[in-house]
Amino acid sequence: MSASAVVFYILSALILVSALLAVTSRKIFRSAIWLLFSLTGIAGLYFWLQMEFVAAVQIVVYVGGIVVLIIFSIFLTQQSGKDLPVPKRTRGLFSILAAVAGFILTAALLRGYAFPAPGQPAPTATINNIGAQLLSTKEHGYVLPFEVISILLLAAMIGCIVIAMKTKPETK
Amino acid sequence: MNQVPLTHILIVSTALFFIGMYGLFTRRNLITMLMSIELILNSVNINFIAFNRYLYPQRLEGVFFTLFVIAIAAAEAAVAIAIIINLYRNFHSIDVETADEMKF
Repeated sequence: MSASAVVFYILSALILVSALLAVTSRKIFRSAIWLLFSLTGIAGLYFWLQMEFVAAVQIVVYVGGIVVLIIFSIFLTQQSGKDLPVPKRTRGLFSILAAVAGFILTAALLRGYAFPAPGQPAPTATINNIGAQLLSTKEHGYVLPFEVISILLLAAMIGCIVIAMKTKPETK
Repeated sequence: MNQVPLTHILIVSTALFFIGMYGLFTRRNLITMLMSIELILNSVNINFIAFNRYLYPQRLEGVFFTLFVIAIAAAEAAVAIAIIINLYRNFHSIDVETADEMKF
């Protein structure tokens, strides 16, 4: 086993163990921190796959944005220090059964499928190429989805403000 | 990178998906359910990147899909947290079992 493969298995173990702790931990704050580790491990996996730009986006948006947002909302809504309730026995049991059965089915299908051997990876995923194709209006250009997603982000921003706005008490 | 077969990466992302699904089934707290959804979205992203890298290394479609999924996940998390804060204001709890006013 080469060093690269060892790095991959260590990263996978980090991702899976911290994800498992994130969904089973009884303290919600610890759960958020385990989620942080898991997302960082996924960014490491992108680095390992030589997708540096996606790894950077993963770190900036997920680790720097979403997890911080989640931690803020934990502090706003939760008495930190209070334990989360243990799930009901039957529900926990059947959830484990469903997850394990689904995993085994999918893994068996994956093992049986013969993927073509990986081609020689050409360094196409440079930031130059990504930017040029993302904003290109020609064939295989992605400028329309790019604009649509900017509208979506604007709509989400306005929606958040409207939803979370405090209504004025009508006492006058 | 070529020493690890594609199947192993896909199995890791499958495991991540089902861990997220388990969390979605067992948790009754909205914030932890949101965390599970983030795990599921990330497992999909790993799949896109791995397929792009291993099967079509000269194309960039997987990268773009991943970037769009990340953007949509950010928007979704922001809206979800606005809803959670609003729910907490009305019910003083973010447990899904307490918000049953519109339950038929």
